[in-house]
Amino acid sequence: MNHRKRGLAICLTAAGLLLAGALLAGSPGRTESVQEAMRDAVLHDVNRVSLLGLKEVNPGLISAFAVTAILLAAAACVRVFAVPRFRLVPGRLQLALEEAVGLFDRMARTSSPHRNGFLGLYIFSAGAYIFVGTLFELLGLQAVTVHGHPITLPAPLSDVNAAIALGCLSYLVILSGGIAGSGARGIGKTLKEFSLPISMSFRLFGALLSGLLVTELVYYFVSLSFVLPVVVGVLFTLLHALIQTYVLTMLTALYYGEVSEPAHKKQ
Amino acid sequence: MPLNIDWQQILLHWMNLAILTGGLYFLLYKPVKDFMSKREAHYQELDRQADRKLEEAEALKAACQAKLEGAEAEIREARAKAQTAAQQSADAQIAQAQDQARQIVDKARQEAEQSREQALRASQRELRELAAAAAKKLAAKPGTDPFDQFLNLAEGGETHEGR
Repeated sequence: MNHRKRGLAICLTAAGLLLAGALLAGSPGRTESVQEAMRDAVLHDVNRVSLLGLKEVNPGLISAFAVTAILLAAAACVRVFAVPRFRLVPGRLQLALEEAVGLFDRMARTSSPHRNGFLGLYIFSAGAYIFVGTLFELLGLQAVTVHGHPITLPAPLSDVNAAIALGCLSYLVILSGGIAGSGARGIGKTLKEFSLPISMSFRLFGALLSGLLVTELVYYFVSLSFVLPVVVGVLFTLLHALIQTYVLTMLTALYYGEVSEPAHKKQ
Repeated sequence: MPLNIDWQQILLHWMNLAILTGGLYFLLYKPVKDFMSKREAHYQELDRQADRKLEEAEALKAACQAKLEGAEAEIREARAKAQTAAQQSADAQIAQAQDQARQIVDKARQEAEQSREQALRASQRELRELAAAAAKKLAAKPGTDPFDQFLNLAEGGETHEGR
């Protein structure tokens, strides 16, 4: 009991000290108005980051590389340390990994019973990318813009280029399923859904951007920066991550299954 | 481009996604899926083994049942055989006893026949001897009718007229 009381007292003291420090230190001053911050969050035309000195890119691309690096590093750790210790009766980590892989594999099998080998892999990696990419903004990793200002790296898919890339890639995967499953007829069936890449791209972009804008707005005003970000920043982002992962993977799997279905011979 | 769309960055995102997909395939997706398939195969094999053992047990049970039924039939057959053998043995013994009895009776009959014949022969011989003796006596006594004398001798010395 005494330990708990002591821990609580330490936490409260630390929070009080941090609050006092934040208020006493004051703000360095705003470099941009809320309109400019919002505009830059959408267009990324001001706060650009240098990609290894080769090219100025949107911070979303740096976030995308960071997310890939994080995912591959985690996967490598799992491959080296966890997979060799897999048992027939799984532990908690093994169960979580098997459930993650099995979830997308089952989704691919049920949505596209005829052809689902590559689809399972694609929706697994796309799902992992969207989920981790959306939660990535919670880490608050910093980067320096070409103008020397520090910025927090956003979710990769809040960059329109990333959303277009993922939406169009999903459409190409669907198209490949149509070609592999039904040949020319599959191409026709896929081209019939010509609005799919646009809708998938901008659905992702819009959903992630709205979260980003709300977060930007909340953090823009100091008075909103206490308590509220716990709800806005964590719960909304988590919900966003789950919903967007589910929506894109489910849509991709459904359309893939539809276009790759072999033609039924007429009786 | 509107909305700051940059095809070069889109291509870089595609490259990033391709690397991510390939890396995740080799590092996570394939090993985990392989393990899941291996475990599924393991449990299917266990299931098959259990089915096979169940079938073997069923076959063994059927064989035991058939053997049990065969044993009952065998017991019935053996019992019938034993009864037949006992009946045959008893019949043989009866036949043998009857045969022996018949032989005894035949032998007794032969012996009786022989005894009778012997007695008959003995009595005939005696008769012949008596007749010869009587005839001899009669022949030795003059004045007497030999026939009467014979008769008297035959009747034990009494005169046959005196009766």
